[in-house]
Amino acid sequence: MNRPYFRVLEVDLSTGKSKLHRIDGRAEAIGGSGLAALLFERFGRVDLGWNEEEQPFILAIGPLTGAFPWMSKTVAAFKSPYHDQYTESHAGGRSALALKFADLDGLVITGRAGRLSSLEIGSRSIVIKDVSFMKGMDAYASGKLLRRMSRGGSGHRSILRIGPSGEIGSAMACINADTYRHFGRLGGGAVLGNKNLKGIIIQGDGSFELPDNSEYKKLFARVYEQVTATRMMHKYHSLGTPANLQALDDIKSLPWRNLQQTSDPEGIKGINGQRFADDALLRNGACSGCPVGCIHIGYVREKFSEDNRYIYRQVAYDYEPVFSCGTMLGVTETFDVLNILDVMEKVSLDSMSGGVALAWATEASARGLISEKETIVKLAFGEAEGYRQAARYLGTGANTFYRLLGQGTLKAAEEYGGAEFGCVLGQEMAGYATGELFFAAQSLGFRHSHLDTGGYSYDQKHEEKDVDKAVDFLMADEPGRCLLTSMVSCLFARSVYTEEVLGECLHALGYGEVTDKLAAAGERIRARRWRLRFATGFKPEDIVLPKRFYKVTTWKGPVDGDYLDGLRREYGRRLTELVKEGVDSET
Amino acid sequence: MKILTAPHMERCIGCHSCSLACARLVHKRLSWETAGIRIHSTGGLSTGFSAKRCLACDPAPCAAACPTGALAQRKGGGIIFKKKLCIQCGQCVPVCPVEAIMQDRDGWIYVCIHCGQCVDFCPHDCLEMRDPESVELGEVIA
Repeated sequence: MNRPYFRVLEVDLSTGKSKLHRIDGRAEAIGGSGLAALLFERFGRVDLGWNEEEQPFILAIGPLTGAFPWMSKTVAAFKSPYHDQYTESHAGGRSALALKFADLDGLVITGRAGRLSSLEIGSRSIVIKDVSFMKGMDAYASGKLLRRMSRGGSGHRSILRIGPSGEIGSAMACINADTYRHFGRLGGGAVLGNKNLKGIIIQGDGSFELPDNSEYKKLFARVYEQVTATRMMHKYHSLGTPANLQALDDIKSLPWRNLQQTSDPEGIKGINGQRFADDALLRNGACSGCPVGCIHIGYVREKFSEDNRYIYRQVAYDYEPVFSCGTMLGVTETFDVLNILDVMEKVSLDSMSGGVALAWATEASARGLISEKETIVKLAFGEAEGYRQAARYLGTGANTFYRLLGQGTLKAAEEYGGAEFGCVLGQEMAGYATGELFFAAQSLGFRHSHLDTGGYSYDQKHEEKDVDKAVDFLMADEPGRCLLTSMVSCLFARSVYTEEVLGECLHALGYGEVTDKLAAAGERIRARRWRLRFATGFKPEDIVLPKRFYKVTTWKGPVDGDYLDGLRREYGRRLTELVKEGVDSET
Repeated sequence: MKILTAPHMERCIGCHSCSLACARLVHKRLSWETAGIRIHSTGGLSTGFSAKRCLACDPAPCAAACPTGALAQRKGGGIIFKKKLCIQCGQCVPVCPVEAIMQDRDGWIYVCIHCGQCVDFCPHDCLEMRDPESVELGEVIA
């Protein structure tokens, strides 16, 4: 189980042939984020576009995957259709443990299938099937059909699939992971679509001998106790991430109606975490290997006949989708939000990006920049049915406008105007109007994710405007997160998995060589993936911050534009320096 | 002797902590499959989960089918497994009416021994060790 190298399967969809690679570098790359960067260096081309046949789609797990609680995530890496640069997208579900038990540290998919296909892998199997009949099929139906076509393994397999948005090449297309989780952001779905790959089934059908010592069992019990007994567990276990909706609204940090407001004390009562739990929470779910079970699943029902005949569907909800398809669209009823999310799921759009894009389209409509000629349906804040239809139009690329919007809000704004109120921070914003540091951090962050660094948290704790101190925080915060995403842990577990605990976990499993180099590993992995990002075209100075972000009022008062610009300049400079230092030290 | 019951499987969130605990603590393996309790989705994730495990038959057909005595009847239901007597023939596997016995590629079998070590790792208290006599008529323990 513990090996000093990586066991990586390469599948070439063009030829249908596969190859197992034994790749050195465990101590330096660890796994997850580090392994993904290593694999992109080996299999990817920085000089070619994201949609070239030879570009890889990479999945990577880590040395602690499945062996400790909360080590349940998979890192996907690819050149993004959104900005044509190297990126990562992370997802929970079952894929991490399924890959582990398929005896793989990484999966690299290159080439392009001649026809729409599915790929099924296990510890002793690789099967590529023609699934042309699934063309245009939504993510729910695709999941059901792939389950039926796959041989056995119920509960011990992971099914990743795309919907129509991936097939049409939308840069907002996500990859649905086991129905309720997603490789959401930066267009992974389009990467699979471009490869003519409708779905990936991973059979976790292997098993490993554990080290014959008591250290591992004792440590597992200790970590498990910490994970399940702390208040942190309670937060994710109880209301889940939606608990933050009320909290962020209370401190004027929740984007509403395309970020024209940061609080709506009345509106939030209809869609806060408690309201979702009271009205719509059907049950909970968990990623494999995680006892916390933060997945919150609500439901929608639909009357399809006057004779009181209904169907129902289960729809997962979290803080971010409720922000993007709720507050950002001015929708303040739980079931209305879930109904919009239901459509986003079917077309397999990243609901965060999709909701934020539709918020821009709503304001652009109100300002007369676009009309129903473009949007097909009337878009108005609070009117959920319009958004349900628009989500489908966006996910299926119903016309030129929606196809362009699917490439990014600012791409559409280039054509129609309205860039100044596009809520884009490198990609469509996450739900934090906490202040200057978050805006700087997401816009320049590696994944343009609120989880790249803790800028949103820093904003909530610091009123002073000290550029160096704030950027010091971002620079110091990122390596620890890189370490976690290389293990690969859920980032919710960051207070449990300190560097010391990670070292103990690795040691207990026999990864002594990794433990010895752990202190520097986070820094090294951070630099490695930033080098790839810069090599594929990232320039901090190219990231434009729309004017809307300068007009936001948070709990600290109006955003200070000079401070925000200072943060962006300094953060960009430090990142550039980081990459330059790395290159210099290697030459 | 108490038996493992699963009276609250409707609470299951599919985290596999029980299977992983059984594999880790009983069989010294990292696995969600080579374990005496295995969690399966019932028709996709949207319809819940079931726990594939020994339901403590008495008499146990697997014990009757075992030619070497590796599986012997356990008091209270289920079996006692003596690994050193097992010749990996697999004759116990098809006779189990609820597919509770898993056989790996090397022929080794994995079946619940009702030790209860998985119970503490279930975050939703789906599992309970119960005296078979205490199970009331109509009570769901599967």
